[in-house]
Amino acid sequence: MDSLYLLIPISLLIVFCIGLIFWWSLKNGQFDDLEGPGYRVLMDDDSVLMSEDHNARADKEQKSVEHSSHPFSP
Amino acid sequence: MAQSPALYNYQVVRQFTVMTVIWGVVGMLVGVIIAAQLVWPELNVNEYLSYGRLRPLHTNAVIFAFGGCALFATSYFVVQRTSHVSLFAPRLAAFTFWGWQLVIVLAAITLPMGMTQAKEYAELEWPIDILITLVWVSYAIVFFGTIAKRKVSHIYVANWFYGAFILAVALLHLVNSAAIPVSLFPMKSYSAYAGVQDAMVQWWYGHNAVGFFLTAGFLGMMYYFVPKQAERPVYSYRLSVVHFWALIFTYMWAGPHHLHYTALPDWTQSLGMVFSLILLAPSWGGMINGIMTLSGAWHKLRDDPILKFLITSLSFYGMSTFEGPMMSIKTVNALSHYTDWTIGHVHSGALGWVAMISIGSVYYLLPRLYGKTQMHSMKAVEMHFWISTIGIVLYIASMWIAGVMQGLMWRATNADGTLTYSFVESVKATYPFWTIRLLGGALFFSGMLLMTWNMFKTMAGGQAVDAPVLKAAVAH
Repeated sequence: MDSLYLLIPISLLIVFCIGLIFWWSLKNGQFDDLEGPGYRVLMDDDSVLMSEDHNARADKEQKSVEHSSHPFSP
Repeated sequence: MAQSPALYNYQVVRQFTVMTVIWGVVGMLVGVIIAAQLVWPELNVNEYLSYGRLRPLHTNAVIFAFGGCALFATSYFVVQRTSHVSLFAPRLAAFTFWGWQLVIVLAAITLPMGMTQAKEYAELEWPIDILITLVWVSYAIVFFGTIAKRKVSHIYVANWFYGAFILAVALLHLVNSAAIPVSLFPMKSYSAYAGVQDAMVQWWYGHNAVGFFLTAGFLGMMYYFVPKQAERPVYSYRLSVVHFWALIFTYMWAGPHHLHYTALPDWTQSLGMVFSLILLAPSWGGMINGIMTLSGAWHKLRDDPILKFLITSLSFYGMSTFEGPMMSIKTVNALSHYTDWTIGHVHSGALGWVAMISIGSVYYLLPRLYGKTQMHSMKAVEMHFWISTIGIVLYIASMWIAGVMQGLMWRATNADGTLTYSFVESVKATYPFWTIRLLGGALFFSGMLLMTWNMFKTMAGGQAVDAPVLKAAVAH
């Protein structure tokens, strides 16, 4: 099984690299806040859904953050 | 660093999004044709359009053209929006688009001509492999360059999945496609590995292609588009991080389950089986995390067809990641291997998970990329959802029955030890199920046609818009 002499070292090397990246992300503070990022992704003002549709949506849901102007509203 | 009133680079996202739909139609049409060829063998009109040559064209078109374009489009969209910067090296990003389209066109030419490395999901010959490598390295530079210049210190979990997918696919492609070229026309090369070595390298590649191309990449999609469409944060961000690390630490080892009861050493097969079983845990963690994002807002499922696509895709993800580990158990595999059960399993993942999450994401993207409030017809989206779902159910249910039947017929023996059925009897018994499968596939394909119509109608009334890059001050 010569191919295993290739694949197992490669896989171990990968696991080692993944370990390094994990260690970096730990040190870098990637895991400091494990709640906020989930919310932050929602607050980026990307709803092209403005104008007529906007009102319909607004009263249907309790939208926490509203951004006033939108660059594409007619 | 980005300057002035910077805009997100939506151009390349738009291009890939539109081609996702186009290649989806093409790839699934080829799928319907080969399904029909199994029912009516006389449809194999000549060697160029024979089942053996069209089948790799189908798999390449749906995985790398449809799925690939969906991954390019969504990853470029997500990495910009979550990093609050426009794409790094926009010209290189444009090259990834045109380069990838060239790869697809070359595949569509060479595969019917019979030029193939004969490695499943890695059929393309060496010159195309080199082009793939160039495109992929550019993709990695654009993606990680964008991550590097991000304005938010946290890297959103979707980007981790996309990043892992890009790196792993690069490695898999390089190792598995290693070959010695012998001629340019016709394109021909010989694999750098031989015999069972080649088989092991191939299925190390093949399974990880499923793991990283068809799973990690699309999980990136899931972790962005499900929360966005549901307008709720992912159920547990903490769990999503655990999901990521658990998945990538364990996935690499599951490949040998494709080679049960072959010349591969027994211990390697068992190791592959054990790791495949372990994979159930992170997979279901992710599936539950995605579905529970809707917790407390289940009513949204009732009237949002895009959300229906996204959430149903997660159900199929859960189903196929349960079925997969079960089929990797050697005793189950003894029955399922080489039967249509495998085809059913693959399509519950490919149609149910990969296609549905992509379709949902494309429906999310299109209005935003063309300055519209929503798709031209939401009724058509709703209809698309039901057509697809019924199509998938017909497809996988018929293949389950066909597969188990074939497995049982092949292993049945008479009292004197001779086989009860000849192979051709099992083929004959499968015809009704192949017909149902054809119907299911045709339904799914017609849903894609509806989507194409809806897409062009949406594009026709709108104009291409690039959203402005978010100002840095939204930190909370």
